[in-house]
Amino acid sequence: MVEKTWKVGVSAFQGQDAPQEEDLYSCVHCGLCLNACPTYVETGLETESPRGRIALMKAVFEGRIGLEQGVINHWDACLQCRACEAVCPSGVPYGRLMEQTQAQVKRQRPGSMFGRIGSWVAYKQLLPNLGQLKLLVRVLRMYQQSGIRRLVHATRILQLLPGIGEAEASLPDLSKPFFDAKGQVHLARGTRKHRVALLSGCVMPLVHGPTMDAAVRVLTRNGCEVVVPADQGCCGALNTHGGERDAARDMARRNIDTFLGAGVDAVVTASAGCGASMKEYDVLLCDDPAYADKATRFSEMVQDITEFLASLPVESPKTPLNVQVTYQDSCHLAHAQRLTAPPRTVLGAIPGLELVEMEHSDRCCGAGGAYQLTQREMSGQLRTHKLEDAIATGAKIIATANPGCMMQMELGAKQAGVAIKVCHVVDLLDEAYRGEGA
Amino acid sequence: MEPLIKELRQALGRRYVMQQPEELLVYEYDGSVERAAPQIVAVPADTEQVSQVVSVARKHGVSVVPRGAGTGLSGGAIPAMGGILMPLTRMNRIIEIDAEQRMALVEPGVVNIDISKAAEPFGLRYAPDPSSQKACTIGGNVAENAGGPHCLAYGVTTNHVLGMETVLADGSVIWVGGRQHESIGYDLRGVLIGSEGTLAVTTKVAVRLQSLPELVTTMLAIFQGEDEASAAVSAIIASGIVPAAIEMMDKLTIQAVEPAIHAGYPADAGAVLLVEVEGLRESVVEEAVEVQEICRASGATEVRVADDPAERERLWAGRKTALGALGRLAPSYYLLDGVVPRTRVMDALRRIREISEEYGLPIANVFHAGDGNLHPCILFDERIEDEKRRSKEAGGAILRACIELGGALSGEHGVGLEKQEYMDLCFSEADLEAMARLNPGFGSGETFNPGKIFPTGATCVELLQHPAITRLGLDAFV
Repeated sequence: MVEKTWKVGVSAFQGQDAPQEEDLYSCVHCGLCLNACPTYVETGLETESPRGRIALMKAVFEGRIGLEQGVINHWDACLQCRACEAVCPSGVPYGRLMEQTQAQVKRQRPGSMFGRIGSWVAYKQLLPNLGQLKLLVRVLRMYQQSGIRRLVHATRILQLLPGIGEAEASLPDLSKPFFDAKGQVHLARGTRKHRVALLSGCVMPLVHGPTMDAAVRVLTRNGCEVVVPADQGCCGALNTHGGERDAARDMARRNIDTFLGAGVDAVVTASAGCGASMKEYDVLLCDDPAYADKATRFSEMVQDITEFLASLPVESPKTPLNVQVTYQDSCHLAHAQRLTAPPRTVLGAIPGLELVEMEHSDRCCGAGGAYQLTQREMSGQLRTHKLEDAIATGAKIIATANPGCMMQMELGAKQAGVAIKVCHVVDLLDEAYRGEGA
Repeated sequence: MEPLIKELRQALGRRYVMQQPEELLVYEYDGSVERAAPQIVAVPADTEQVSQVVSVARKHGVSVVPRGAGTGLSGGAIPAMGGILMPLTRMNRIIEIDAEQRMALVEPGVVNIDISKAAEPFGLRYAPDPSSQKACTIGGNVAENAGGPHCLAYGVTTNHVLGMETVLADGSVIWVGGRQHESIGYDLRGVLIGSEGTLAVTTKVAVRLQSLPELVTTMLAIFQGEDEASAAVSAIIASGIVPAAIEMMDKLTIQAVEPAIHAGYPADAGAVLLVEVEGLRESVVEEAVEVQEICRASGATEVRVADDPAERERLWAGRKTALGALGRLAPSYYLLDGVVPRTRVMDALRRIREISEEYGLPIANVFHAGDGNLHPCILFDERIEDEKRRSKEAGGAILRACIELGGALSGEHGVGLEKQEYMDLCFSEADLEAMARLNPGFGSGETFNPGKIFPTGATCVELLQHPAITRLGLDAFV
């Protein structure tokens, strides 16, 4: 029989945030997740599949293998899109397992100096302190708008730094006005039916400020008073995905305090990733006696903006918007929150709008938070395929529900050289409302 | 090992020849309880590369085990003797759909359901539909002669494969059968289908497509107990109706499925039957009414009828994911595939209940009731040695019971590692010998998937001493 080359020892998963045995062994390796996984579909390899990644977690747990770099690479190749979780008949909490696994990796194998500095800057500085992030985006915006970029491109200096060159080319367009959370209150149009708080988020207000304004307008148009608390911060989703759960907990506590104190019926977000993360604050803080209950209460208040609008129900615009639109399911809406109908309901409420479904609409576009930066090749492959599917519909507009997806597909459209507009579902609703009576 | 790796890498490229522990670890399992790791994983991209892998392996005296998606339930794709594991998952192109000839030519790594999806615009489908159809590959289906709920009316994989391109142990590429519906000479296609990768490797498959039915009606009949449900099955068959599928789920399965899928199965039901009739509109409408009447007469407390696709899919979703859902009840399951004459289903279920009590392990039943293909699912915890041992013993007891009732070891999952020790329960030595002669006939030797199908012990040495091989001579073997 086969010689066993692997050591049998103790589990390398230890301490806080260790993947739980019960969760690991809820996987019965039936394989029904395989074809839902974008990286498995792209590669055809079990090593890049959810079942394979769980097998590696089990092997670590059983002490058959350590937290070797080779093992970690396969986990890092996971988009954390959670498509596998949505189709798993056995109910494996894959997202939680992967987040905890990443937390173990982060603590025990912090990686190279370069990586450590990068992750410290991103997870411990920029995301918890949005002022710093804004400053960085201002600098990048200056770079894009001034002559420096042209100069850099003319000298081809970036070709000397291949990684940096690609990152530079994939920078989103930063010319749009910022959206600021400064405690403003927007009054409901007509009778006030609800009072809701809006999560501003981290990257979204800086890259897609106008979409945030649109979110405010569609909410007020639907009888909501909208407050945008000044003390809110980033939701911490990227930190959680990157294994920085302690930083994520601090960010969660801050948001819980801010939003629970806002006196609102619901906390609404236009970012699917943030919604998924905030709906799971209860899991993140379950061991914190001071916050566990508050986190549960908070998580129950969180709603994606399409979920909230669809539940009202959303008011149909009075004037048609004659466009063809294809919808790309944001993973953290479709899989993590299992919401596929609400965004379509909202689009369906717009008269004249024709929704043309694309193939594989719920397959990840490859954005995956920091994935775009850390796993460029796979991210690019998925982006290309997503654009192909979208273009094949003939629609000139791709609607989605998450800032990461928007940036990814904007980049894809730019690379493919196609005139296809990418926007959020609420952008279209807002456009239709604004055309009323015109 | 080093020259072997080098030659494989020259053929396939570095990335697709794997030998690190973490790479081998994830290829040691399939959907069954068995596991064994390969020494090398080689993932070819086309027929040429398959042929190269086989030739290199042969040259170095190493065996090759072909693998599809690894959803098999008998350990067919588990490299029991180590060697090279060769997943065909990168070969996943649908090469051609010939709507006029009702034929699809596909590579072995194509996922079962993707054939039907590609054929749908032409009003066609590929009929066999294993429960894992969203993940399993056609190559694996061919190797195991897979079935599925709808095989009641249409037959299993072998009834739907016209021909295959195949790589033999010497690396040569041949066709068995063809694209046409008729063929002459020996039916080698029939020989290779179900040979579990022990004789050759399939690299292309020409499958038969059939017309989508005009109308499909799915009915969910709810019963207080398995006996009433079994009686309904017998009565439906006796009435002369041949439904496209008749599936039964017992209480334990319903309890696992409902929280997972919310298919709308009542939590307190003792058993449910899923009956599907399809075909021309008039006959389907008539048959559906008759099925409902029979179910009620047999004691169904409720019969739900769905003929719109969404509702039908919801009723089916519970059945198609039942196995995985059982993972909610226990960390491991041992799923059997025994067959009994459909008139003996009630007796078989009774025996299974007794065995469950005797071995102290819960057993769920979710199966193709229409053709008596049982799927008793023994729930246990693989981390507890004693439970693992008891699960195997209980499985053996169930298989023996099936044979005693006049049935067979396997309906659609293949023999693999799981059932080889029970083969002599239903085959005589002469029967097995006749089968073993195929190996020298194809010149496969120990090249492909050694240690499968035949009763444990029938390995290289014993085969060499086998009367058939003594007579045919060693030349035939190599």
